[in-house]
Amino acid sequence: MELICPAGTPAALRTAVNAGADAVYCGFSDATNARNFPGLNFSRPDMREGIDYARRRGAKVLVAINTFPTAGGQALWHRAVDDAVAAGADALILADIGLVDYAARTHPGQRLHLSVQAAAANPDAISVYVRHFGVRRVVLPRVLTVAEIAAITRSVDCETEVFIFGGLCVMAEGRCSLSTYVTGQSPNMNGVCSPASHVAYLEKDGTLASRLGDFTINRFAKNEAAAYPTLCKGRFKTELGSGYLFEDPVSLDAAEVLPGLRDAGVTALKIEGRQRGRAYIEGAVRGFREQLAALDAGRALPASRLAAMTEGQSSTVGAYRKTWR
Amino acid sequence: MALKEPALKELVPRGMTLKEMALGISVETQESMKLTLGPNLFNWQPDVWRDFYFRIADEAAVDTVAVGEVVCSKRMPFFEEHLPAVIERLTLAGKQVLVSSLALITLERERRRTEQLALEDGLMVEANDITCMAHLAGRSHAVGPFMNVYNEATALWLATQGARSICLPPELPLSSVATIAAATPQVDIEVFAFGRAPLAISARCYHARLHKLSKDNCRFVCAADMDGLSVSTLDDERFLVMNGVQTLAHLCTNLIADTDDLAQAGVASLRLSPQHCDMVGVARCFRDVLDGRISSEEGLAKLGSIYPDVPMSNGFLRGTMG
Repeated sequence: MELICPAGTPAALRTAVNAGADAVYCGFSDATNARNFPGLNFSRPDMREGIDYARRRGAKVLVAINTFPTAGGQALWHRAVDDAVAAGADALILADIGLVDYAARTHPGQRLHLSVQAAAANPDAISVYVRHFGVRRVVLPRVLTVAEIAAITRSVDCETEVFIFGGLCVMAEGRCSLSTYVTGQSPNMNGVCSPASHVAYLEKDGTLASRLGDFTINRFAKNEAAAYPTLCKGRFKTELGSGYLFEDPVSLDAAEVLPGLRDAGVTALKIEGRQRGRAYIEGAVRGFREQLAALDAGRALPASRLAAMTEGQSSTVGAYRKTWR
Repeated sequence: MALKEPALKELVPRGMTLKEMALGISVETQESMKLTLGPNLFNWQPDVWRDFYFRIADEAAVDTVAVGEVVCSKRMPFFEEHLPAVIERLTLAGKQVLVSSLALITLERERRRTEQLALEDGLMVEANDITCMAHLAGRSHAVGPFMNVYNEATALWLATQGARSICLPPELPLSSVATIAAATPQVDIEVFAFGRAPLAISARCYHARLHKLSKDNCRFVCAADMDGLSVSTLDDERFLVMNGVQTLAHLCTNLIADTDDLAQAGVASLRLSPQHCDMVGVARCFRDVLDGRISSEEGLAKLGSIYPDVPMSNGFLRGTMG
């Protein structure tokens, strides 16, 4: 199975390649990609150099252009597609139907991957993109069990890729406007979720409140580690009880289901985290290289050493296990 | 004896409001916007569900009604026995009926069910997931607000696949609505104009989780909350609404004061999403504003009394927060 690693900067790309990534995914520094954070992502020259660097070391570069183009403003997205192709991208990762259509018509022969943001969660949905646009690989949404992933992989005419580590969307990806509701900044339109520009921490009466926009997302006692106020991982109240109603501040670590994913016929494994630093990238890539080497050799998987890197230092296998639902 | 209202309405020429006719004003403006009642998103008892639609058929001033389960396939068996009668009554009342698909389709039985729905003769399907396109291609259909239609290229592609109408996602700003409508004259563009905006859908059931139940053995606890379960912040500020696997806004989207801009933008119809309130009254209110019988300020005030205690918002349309 290929190991696909994130890169938010050219330095992170080099780190990922040197640590053993089979492919790196990254995006341009604008609203065309779903990690549109200040100080992150690639200029056009960065992209060309990054692709060149990776290629000389046998690694691929996948360019994520996976937000939904603004009506009337599609030129920005078309340019991103054209420039990524011109820079020699091994594949484009796209989510919007109109943009996939543009890429397929304008650059026939260019390898296209369907982004997780497209939320194609079953063989029929995937077949639409394969049949009409020649999509070669689908990144599956994080709503499926390993058994469902196996069934999908068996019945579609393209490769499958799944997330194995990093930030975990609790909601179906590409179908969530919680962040838009609270901050006006949309994951689908602006490529941001719970943006740092709208985050504040307020101390009051010995507790620390984390806020997003006008709302308190969580409150921490003095001795409690304060998590980033990602909207769906806050503490809230209902008349029936309170707490982490949607999800705890955890992140995904699917190391223990690697054998199941291999048996399912999955082509590629993806690490989330284009917003993370080089230490994270290096640790995660090396950690999973070790796991995959053991898997290939038929040895027992080494205990995951990645716990320290997960959000809130705790992890979950998420939807891969049915009971998560 | 005074004329009954529907009869009176028939006397009004197309493109002209009652008030304009009464005043003898000739109008050159386009046809007035239509109204669509969206599918009920909550888990209502089957007889309550049926009676709701019967009353809509008999009394509501809407042109189109979408029925069917969008949120959770486990709810389907309960009300589906009433579906044929509801469709018949709505059809006889002159409503265009749409049967909505699920928004998130992962299970085998959900796939089969979606395929059956798409292939069934004589039904107009409202596609809420791309899954439907695998079966619908070429056949006339509607596209619901759960499909990601953010721009004119996507809308045009869907039109080539047989989409006759598209209800845009609630988070789209007016500028996007106008651009898409201008680029797709062959498609009726609809906007989510009343009701709590659906914000997210998940594989996980939050109602079950809150009740410490597994999704497979959920005991349908969501049925206790006919308008969803209110979620507050730790500061006791009302924030979101939980509806099984779906999360909605606490604020109620209300575009009754924006109808002139929406008409200007080329919007063909407005979607009213059922809440646990007098939806016949909500529809009447929108129709009265669209036809110039009452002002939008009066409309706003009326809606505030029909659906009290829930703040209203037009934030998404205006490009601010929801």
